[in-house]
Amino acid sequence: MSNPELTWLPHQPDWNECLRRVTALDKASAWSALVELANVRLDMMATTKLDRQLLKLFKQCPVNLETKPVRLAVLGSSTVDHLHAGIRVGTLRRNIWVSLYQGNYGQYVQDIHDDGSDLHAWAPNTVLFAFDARHLLAGYQVGESSEASEVRVAAAIDHIVGLWRSARSKFGCDIIQQTILPIHPRLFGENENRLPGSPAALVARLNEQLRKCALDEGATLLALDHWAAEDGLTAWHDPAMWHRAKQEVHLAAMPMYGDIVGRILAAQQGKSRKCMVLDLDNTLWGGVIGDDGIDGIVLGQGNALGEAFSEFQRYAKDLSRRGVILAVCSKNDEKNALLPFEQHPEMILRRDDIACFSANWGDKATAIRAIARQLNIGLDAIVFADDNPFERNIVRRELPMVAVPELPEDPAFYTATIARAGYFEGIAMTAEDAMRTQQYKANIERESERHSATDLPSYLKSLDMTLHWSRFTHSDQARVVQLINKTNQFNLTTRRYSTDEVDKLLENPAALPLQMRLVDKFGDNGIISIIIGYLKDKTIDLDTWLMSCRVLGRQVEHAVLGIVVNEARRMGANRLIGHFRPTEKNSMVAEHYLRLGFTALPDGSGINQQFELHLDAYQALPTFFVITEN
Amino acid sequence: MTEADVLLKLEEIFRDLFDLPDLQLDVSMSADDIDEWDSVNHVMLVVQVEREFKIKFHTAEVEEMKNVGDLVKLVVGKLGKSTPR
Repeated sequence: MSNPELTWLPHQPDWNECLRRVTALDKASAWSALVELANVRLDMMATTKLDRQLLKLFKQCPVNLETKPVRLAVLGSSTVDHLHAGIRVGTLRRNIWVSLYQGNYGQYVQDIHDDGSDLHAWAPNTVLFAFDARHLLAGYQVGESSEASEVRVAAAIDHIVGLWRSARSKFGCDIIQQTILPIHPRLFGENENRLPGSPAALVARLNEQLRKCALDEGATLLALDHWAAEDGLTAWHDPAMWHRAKQEVHLAAMPMYGDIVGRILAAQQGKSRKCMVLDLDNTLWGGVIGDDGIDGIVLGQGNALGEAFSEFQRYAKDLSRRGVILAVCSKNDEKNALLPFEQHPEMILRRDDIACFSANWGDKATAIRAIARQLNIGLDAIVFADDNPFERNIVRRELPMVAVPELPEDPAFYTATIARAGYFEGIAMTAEDAMRTQQYKANIERESERHSATDLPSYLKSLDMTLHWSRFTHSDQARVVQLINKTNQFNLTTRRYSTDEVDKLLENPAALPLQMRLVDKFGDNGIISIIIGYLKDKTIDLDTWLMSCRVLGRQVEHAVLGIVVNEARRMGANRLIGHFRPTEKNSMVAEHYLRLGFTALPDGSGINQQFELHLDAYQALPTFFVITEN
Repeated sequence: MTEADVLLKLEEIFRDLFDLPDLQLDVSMSADDIDEWDSVNHVMLVVQVEREFKIKFHTAEVEEMKNVGDLVKLVVGKLGKSTPR
């Protein structure tokens, strides 16, 4: 069991020493020094130490702070004071000063409803309700009727919503509601929800209802149940700690808990980050475009590393669709930097996804300043993602207000690291966000048709499939060679080609080497089918016909045959010959040519069955593709 | 690890946790001798000791812990039992 960590923040070896030195600084410098010390991967002890210094130096909000001070009351049904240090530091991390209400254990009802309570005198501007699961479920009865369960859930929700309304009318404050931590063991199992009165099922129901009511009532959620799912419940909750100190959230999870509170408080002030600035080489693709060239960089389908980069691009693209601005900051010749955006078939990010494209040989801090100016946003609105520790450190040093996530070495974890940091925390979709998203709305509607698709043709039709075909290209050669050499099932002859042999095909005027890329409304499947034929005596002899099994059942082969027939005619052929060489793995295509309307030739043998199709007898088979030549 | 080694390491933790850089930890010391050693800090102390030594206390053991000497004995006992990493 390991407790939740601030994985996106860097370690700092001389942190303790820097913390000691803070006391010698003047007030204004001390605050910024503390903010920088908070932007380090702190554990429970370091958080406690930093909080101690913060409390000593800043009992009052520092003057001239551009953020609004927060007066936060964390009201819980069990111990919550152990989270205070984490909350203060998580808020400090975002350059916000927070004062926390010191309540009495479990007295939240009196605090809110009693007009003479200490809380009324203290006057919070934000209230965070943190109810433990045992408290909310008190009196549950396993095996009660499902109606009784519903009543129980409704009563708990009424209670909570009543508190929100009272707090808001009395203090005019913002409301944050922690979702319920799913601490209860299951009694029924995988189908727990079928057991009326099950505490685990009740918690799930409560969280569902909290989400709905929070939206209606304008409360903001702190989704603790998400974090239990992300890190594992044991990272967040330790029953021994509950029995010992009534701490439902693990003390060692306090830095992460506080960071989550900090990001919500910052978001409420409009201080979430707005823009992600991306490096290119080894951040958006593997390799160096200037050295490796368009054919040499690693990106996209068919290669694990390439797919990891694709997924990171997909995440960036999704962020842009919810309103995060994307920019590029790369040390490159601009012409080289643009090349993949313009020419690489596997790029998910396109040039028009990038609001500001900076590729030059100057230092990155200067470039990022220029990007901020051009986009008219503050440096504190920027996240800078770069695989290179050198560039990260220089930007951290020069521009401490820019957030620079500590990207892990493996690009497969870029996305998780940035997502965990919560840089772009949202409260409500603004009208502006919605506008940006509008153009994609039509796509979303089209996707929902998948559910209404009942029979195969209408399903295939609803996929909006496009088949992009071309003769072999240099930029796709690696993928082509890989497909030829690893495809075993949908492969008529299992004939392997080396890179050299594929190269020779490009020069051979009698060769017909075709590659097919399938794009549908869910995305790009990459190159999925290869045909290699040779022209001899007005006949195209189909030496290779293979397809990736990922796209089986879409009638790709019907469309491919159409393309082959057209190309064969163009080359002056009037006949196709196909071969089937049975192996242990390719029986699925034994009938392939017959299904396509070829006839078996008597001169074929068992190990090399042959089929022919006269082009003037060819009749187009139904397909659901838009076919494009690249 | 001997009792003396453990005590030395505990001294570091106590100094850090209670912000007492000059504290001389003694096996006879208890919460009565250190003002900062309140119930809230006690919970953190236990968690931090568990993390530092990579051990886990039994719920009953935490209840019975009365002074630094008890804590030292507990840690040494746990370390003896654990398999070497």
